[in-house]
Amino acid sequence: MRIPILKLYEYLLITIQVELDDRTAIQFQEDLLDKIHETGAKGVVIDLTTVDMIDSYIAKILDDVVKMSALLGAKVVLTGIRPAVAITLIDLGINLKGVPTSLDLEKGLEKLQQELEG
Amino acid sequence: METQASVKIRNEWDIVQARQLGRELSKEMGFGQVDQARITTAISELARNIYLYAQNGEIDVEAFGKVGRIGLKIISTDQGPGISDIRLVMQDGYTTSGGLGAGLPGVKRLMDDFKIHSQEGRGTEIVAIKWLR
Repeated sequence: MRIPILKLYEYLLITIQVELDDRTAIQFQEDLLDKIHETGAKGVVIDLTTVDMIDSYIAKILDDVVKMSALLGAKVVLTGIRPAVAITLIDLGINLKGVPTSLDLEKGLEKLQQELEG
Repeated sequence: METQASVKIRNEWDIVQARQLGRELSKEMGFGQVDQARITTAISELARNIYLYAQNGEIDVEAFGKVGRIGLKIISTDQGPGISDIRLVMQDGYTTSGGLGAGLPGVKRLMDDFKIHSQEGRGTEIVAIKWLR
């Protein structure tokens, strides 16, 4: 299974709408880095609105992809984390320190725009 | 109320199957969204531990009643190497797999009751319960 990555001007948009198994998550990591490399995108929004659980493995994949993208010069913002997911992550002891987040897609794009212009 | 289901954990797809069981049962039992997420996540972590450390085991989930209370019980059993120092693995931040495996302390925090039995060379059994409020 492949997660589609959409290009919008200098941004890449991803909305995760499938149950993330390990392979799909790793494949997504590679696909996103390839796409950043190929398009020269400066900003990436990963929307998690429909994701109902993030375990330590998926959290690590997301944390890593933010750092890997930074090495290619792209900023990543995670958006749409549900309240239940936020509570669960903190219960688990995962804080995703240093990972930019926004409430929703719109605010995520605004955040990227500010950071890239400012 | 007695409902029970189980999934054998042998590969990474089985982790998704186990999660699905927990998601369905917790919803059916009437847990709120936050507890549904806690239960599903706890199962995912336990199933991953089996996959990473024992390669072979099983996750059972069951709805059960006890003195007027209703709970969802997760039982994780494996025939892996076992855990030699349970106190050590129950410390926050302890990992042998570079942060891929679950912190068991995390699973304990997600659930209400948590018991672990392990015998070196024999395997590990973890029983975790979430009570319906």
